[in-house]
Amino acid sequence: MALWLGFALLTAAAIFAVLWPLSRPGKVRSGSDAEVYRDQLDEIARDSAAGLIGPSEAEAARVEVSRRLIAAKDAEQIAAPVNPAHSLWRRRTLAIVALVFVPLMAGTVYLLHGSPQLPAEPLAARMEQAHKNGSVAAMVARVETHLDRNPNDVRGWEVLAPIYISLGRYDDAVRARRNALRYGGETADRQADLGEAMVAAENGIVTVDAKKAFERALTLDPDDAKSQFYIGLAAKQDGDSAKAAKLWQAMLDKAPAGTAWVPTVQQALAKLKGGSPTAQANPQPGAPPIAGNAAPSEQEMAAASQMAPAQRDEMIRSMVARLADRLKTDGADVDGWVRLVRAYVVLGERDKAAAAIVDARRALGSDPDKVRRIDDLAKGLGLNG
Amino acid sequence: MIPELGHYALVLALALALVQSVAPIVGVRTRDDALMRLGSSTALVQFGFVAFAFAALVTSYLTSDFSVANVYENSHSLMPTIYKFTSTWGNHEGSMLLWVLILSLFGALVAAFGINLPATLKANVLAVQAWIASAFYLFILFTSNPFLRLANPPFEGRALNPVLQDPGLAIHPPFLYLGYVGFSIAFSFAAAALIEGRIDAAWARFVRPWILVAWMALTLGIAMGSYWAYYELGWGGWWFWDPVENASLMPWLAGTALLHSAVVMEKRNALKIWTILLAVLTFSLSLIGTFLVRSGVLTSVHAFANDPTRGIFILVILVVFIGGALGLFAWRAPLLKQGGLFAPISREGALVLNNLFLTTACLTVLVGTLYPIALEALTGEKISVGAPFFNLTFGPVFIPLLLAMPFGPLLAWKRGDIYGVAQRLMAAGALAILAVAIVLVAQYGRATLAPFGIGLAVFVMGGAVSDMVERTGVFRLPGATARARARGLPRSVWGTAAAHFGIGLTLLGIVCVTHWSDEKIVELKPGESTIVRHYHLTFEGIVPRQGPNYRDQIAKFTVRSGGAVVGEMMPSKRTFVARDMTTTESALMTRGVSQLYISIGDARSDGSIAVRIYYKPLVLLIWLGAVVMAFGGGLSLSDRRLRVGAPKPAARAAMQPAE
Repeated sequence: MALWLGFALLTAAAIFAVLWPLSRPGKVRSGSDAEVYRDQLDEIARDSAAGLIGPSEAEAARVEVSRRLIAAKDAEQIAAPVNPAHSLWRRRTLAIVALVFVPLMAGTVYLLHGSPQLPAEPLAARMEQAHKNGSVAAMVARVETHLDRNPNDVRGWEVLAPIYISLGRYDDAVRARRNALRYGGETADRQADLGEAMVAAENGIVTVDAKKAFERALTLDPDDAKSQFYIGLAAKQDGDSAKAAKLWQAMLDKAPAGTAWVPTVQQALAKLKGGSPTAQANPQPGAPPIAGNAAPSEQEMAAASQMAPAQRDEMIRSMVARLADRLKTDGADVDGWVRLVRAYVVLGERDKAAAAIVDARRALGSDPDKVRRIDDLAKGLGLNG
Repeated sequence: MIPELGHYALVLALALALVQSVAPIVGVRTRDDALMRLGSSTALVQFGFVAFAFAALVTSYLTSDFSVANVYENSHSLMPTIYKFTSTWGNHEGSMLLWVLILSLFGALVAAFGINLPATLKANVLAVQAWIASAFYLFILFTSNPFLRLANPPFEGRALNPVLQDPGLAIHPPFLYLGYVGFSIAFSFAAAALIEGRIDAAWARFVRPWILVAWMALTLGIAMGSYWAYYELGWGGWWFWDPVENASLMPWLAGTALLHSAVVMEKRNALKIWTILLAVLTFSLSLIGTFLVRSGVLTSVHAFANDPTRGIFILVILVVFIGGALGLFAWRAPLLKQGGLFAPISREGALVLNNLFLTTACLTVLVGTLYPIALEALTGEKISVGAPFFNLTFGPVFIPLLLAMPFGPLLAWKRGDIYGVAQRLMAAGALAILAVAIVLVAQYGRATLAPFGIGLAVFVMGGAVSDMVERTGVFRLPGATARARARGLPRSVWGTAAAHFGIGLTLLGIVCVTHWSDEKIVELKPGESTIVRHYHLTFEGIVPRQGPNYRDQIAKFTVRSGGAVVGEMMPSKRTFVARDMTTTESALMTRGVSQLYISIGDARSDGSIAVRIYYKPLVLLIWLGAVVMAFGGGLSLSDRRLRVGAPKPAARAAMQPAE
């Protein structure tokens, strides 16, 4: 309401700017050329008094300027008088223009690009609001702000890193892990966590850098389970399954009873021996998936396309489940929704796809553009969810 | 609500500008006072609206309102408040808003302070100004709208380009735009004079203060930009012949020529065609600069908007306004009568010479800037026209101009006495020759051109001083008389001398920096030292420091001269988290008007860093000279005869009966 009142006041000011001069009687105040020439005559007098120009030059200049002065005076005399009738007609036309054209034109142009329905959203107020509602993105932003100012807060980085991974911000996760390492000092755990984040950022591939981090962790603590597991995974990815099996078996042999990661390693080992494609598994329950991708990446898709159909289905299903989980907490990602719906259709689960479309519409409700994309998708796929 | 109100205010400014484009002209045609007066009130309110819109955008930036797309793209909640503020114009859309803010400001200034203008001229000027304003409002609203919104605003912005996170952004663009856009008034005056068909000496007097204001602002804006590039980009250079720098230099050269030719037109009613043409040309060059920077034709630090539709839009504006003005010119040219006559050797002659050289210089820069672009467009071949081209072409044009400069103000109008003037410049000439001789002996066999450069600078400065000595008679007449004469001199005479002296200062700085700079590139480990000129620099080590939105790796240097510590210098590598970008922050130490300059490379693992150290003798004179030039402009502007809108009611009343 206040906004429309503001628009009205501004419009009134604009109309006033046009009507006001029309309503005032009297002649417009005007300077004239003659004043300039009189000034110049004064200047010549001053210059010749100061001896800057000789008497004959001064005289010549005086004549020249005087001639211009007379011409200017003549020009002022012959200005035509105004016809009051015409004048009134013109002023009325202009008043109508002010009252009709100005608001109409302003309204039209404004509505082309304006968004009167959107309120201003200063960050401070939004932060407060978001904090109340417990939005993940807002909390992350708060922690980031805090850490930008206090990078020494190691715990902050360590809290943030897994959240980044669950949000799919792998590069940020690597950065967070690095910062934890830099400001908190080197420990086996931190090196291993860094390595894990790097693996996640590289779509599950244990890169040379990641391997270095794990090796460093093992020199600090030869019993670090996570590092041992990933070194094994690296060996497997290098095609050295025997070495991987040996490493993992050694882990299991040494593990005390009831160790949390034992099932994970057992599973990995079993798949390695059985030739199962999903060798990637969680080293610890509760830790982020090693493959890292909440959403299927292109590489994963490419890898999937070379597998046997049953294996591929299994891999896709696990990825789709991850994506669906993520979209439950962060529904604003329209691309994620589109991918999810497509994936369900590919898997032949059309009822799930239709349900996802309903969920997506609900989650994206505030943004008509995004909802339109979902609608288009539904139409294109023949889903009337 | 605030961003939407700002958006709406901008639209209203457009509506008012459209009314203002037509009504005052109709008023002039029909001699209707009310319609002529309308131009003033719409110009003032229009400025109010644009100022409101600008304030709305600034507010959005200060409160980090990321629902405004422009704020999201160019701000970050952690940036210091000053940079949040300057981010407002540190991007294409916001800077266009600043552009129209200044455009409407000039319109409002004419409306408020142009009371000495004839009513018809004022009405026409305001109408033409409104044409320009309408074109740019349309451009902003349809291609570069800073008030577009995001329905789901993110929680953090993408931050301002770190290179722009500098106090320089607070000063350089506003001044530059005051200059660029200020010349729009000269254009409007020219177009108004052509529409009215009255092009005379009085017109030149009326337009001169506006040219002066624009010229001063442009001078300061260019100088500030040059200093900023010098300390921020870390190359130690102060002018790169970058196409965008050239784009600002061209209107300056044309504007300087305009400033001088307007004097001739005012005093002698001569050079009328030329002055009008220059007024059109100067603003056209400003527009070309805008086009080059914003169309994506160029890539440079300045080119932040690479969008072809914008480029085409500006090109259309460019063609319409330049074409329109030239069309008007062709229509009215027959009306232009021959003005006062003068001999070749005279003040007029000197000013014509000045104009010839300045426009030639401007043309060289134009060719050097456009040729590579045209070549690439036609043949696809990429060439770069750099310093060697400009040094070879620009230098030879400027040297005779500077040589002739001291003569100009001393020559009489109509017919001058060159021998008399030469006699009066004897002292300056002797001083210059002495300077050449001293430098030549001291630098024998090393720098061949430098002594002459120094000599020229001394001559230019000496000439300006001799002019004032001559006019005040300070050495010939008793003190009291000289003081009285000094007071009696018009301020514009003092202004001329100051501006010319400023050119000499700048030249002196340029020559010294070009020929006697020392540069040293070394790799230092903590504790090691190096020597540059007579300064002994010790690298103490690297310390980290946390800034508001960046982290610094500061390299500490202790500077000693003659064994005594004269200070610490702390160049750094600055990493900005939000953009993941690193900038080099060089360190400057000012000693007198010379500077020591350190810029560092990346640190090695063994703690050593690559360091570039420059010693720049008299480097500050380059910019100090520009400040003196602008100060001279200010003196001229404060001249009683040029003061705009300062009527003395008593004096007017006294004059009335005489009419």
